[in-house]
Amino acid sequence: MTVDAGWPLYEVFVRSKRGLNHVHVGSLHAADEQMALLNGRDLYTRRNEGVSIWVVRSDAITASSPDEKDSFFAPSGDKVYRHPTFYTIPDDVPHM
Amino acid sequence: MNEDDNAYESLAAAHGGEERWAFGTGFDDPLAGVEQAVPPGVDESVRCLKLGDDALVLSQRLAAWCGNAPELEDEMALANIALDLLGQARLLLTRAVTIEPALRPAAAPPSVPAEDAMAYFRDERCWRNVRLAELDDHLDFAACVARLAVLTIWRLGVLGTATASQDPVLAAIAAKAVIEGTYHREYATGWLIRLGDGTAESHDRMQRALDAAWPYVDELFADGDRKEFDAVLDAVLDAATLHRPGRTARAGVAGATGRDGVHTEAMGYLLAELQSVARAHPDATW
Repeated sequence: MTVDAGWPLYEVFVRSKRGLNHVHVGSLHAADEQMALLNGRDLYTRRNEGVSIWVVRSDAITASSPDEKDSFFAPSGDKVYRHPTFYTIPDDVPHM
Repeated sequence: MNEDDNAYESLAAAHGGEERWAFGTGFDDPLAGVEQAVPPGVDESVRCLKLGDDALVLSQRLAAWCGNAPELEDEMALANIALDLLGQARLLLTRAVTIEPALRPAAAPPSVPAEDAMAYFRDERCWRNVRLAELDDHLDFAACVARLAVLTIWRLGVLGTATASQDPVLAAIAAKAVIEGTYHREYATGWLIRLGDGTAESHDRMQRALDAAWPYVDELFADGDRKEFDAVLDAVLDAATLHRPGRTARAGVAGATGRDGVHTEAMGYLLAELQSVARAHPDATW
């Protein structure tokens, strides 16, 4: 097995049977997008997990920096009023 | 994150909360609700045997790629295909023995299930797989792809025909196998095109592998028409910039080929590896 094939890394997102959104499940190597889809199918849905797959090249993702964690996220830590928990939600509103 | 958001947790929930799903709990039975009785006057035992042996022998060859594939991702892909084929073989060989109990080899102890008896205790002359399935690819990826592409294109057509079988069990197995086989063909032809239309080196090696497999292709059509196969293969070869090999068919022994139980030298080695443990310990369980 080659350790480094020179193939780009892709991030894989799978939507489960009952899930409404695609969830990140892992990453893989592939030569192009089509191969990444096939490989994603073979690596991450072989146990009947998914009904849909997204793949995206890892280097196409812009991520927040761990150094900015405090300035990015800490300010929201004490603002409980931003949660919509003070509303009464009718029982027949789904997915809340 | 609730379980609906997580593919793995929702799968466990779908299987009654059992976390052991990784070992195959809660999966659909492809024969659920299918009438098991053999219809009077319908004998599909030989067709089940042929389809089952092709699947089992090819599965055994693909399993050899575990730990040897050029990429981790392809190792999983080949193992998945091997396991799909193994699943088909189990159902098909069980059905063949249900229809025709005389197929069960006498060497198998009575405690051994029919599918294991057929896999582990059957002598070479009783195997009805096509010879292309048994050839040793010597872990050459081009050889693996050439064989897999030819066999998956062909098998998808054969399975499609079998979905119309008068035997409801064979029809149900074929319906499941067609879905699996569609992916197998996509995977194999995808690699055939990539390697054929890749570098000069990969093109050359892919063409040579196809040439090597070619003498065993005619044998696939002893039972049927090859028009559909040729149309699909030509389209794939065209996309792969490969040419159809001109090599002549490998003759059988006095006209007899794999379908008659007459195999190549590779088959004995394959069966030795497949069967030696079960035959040395016929009553072993685990």
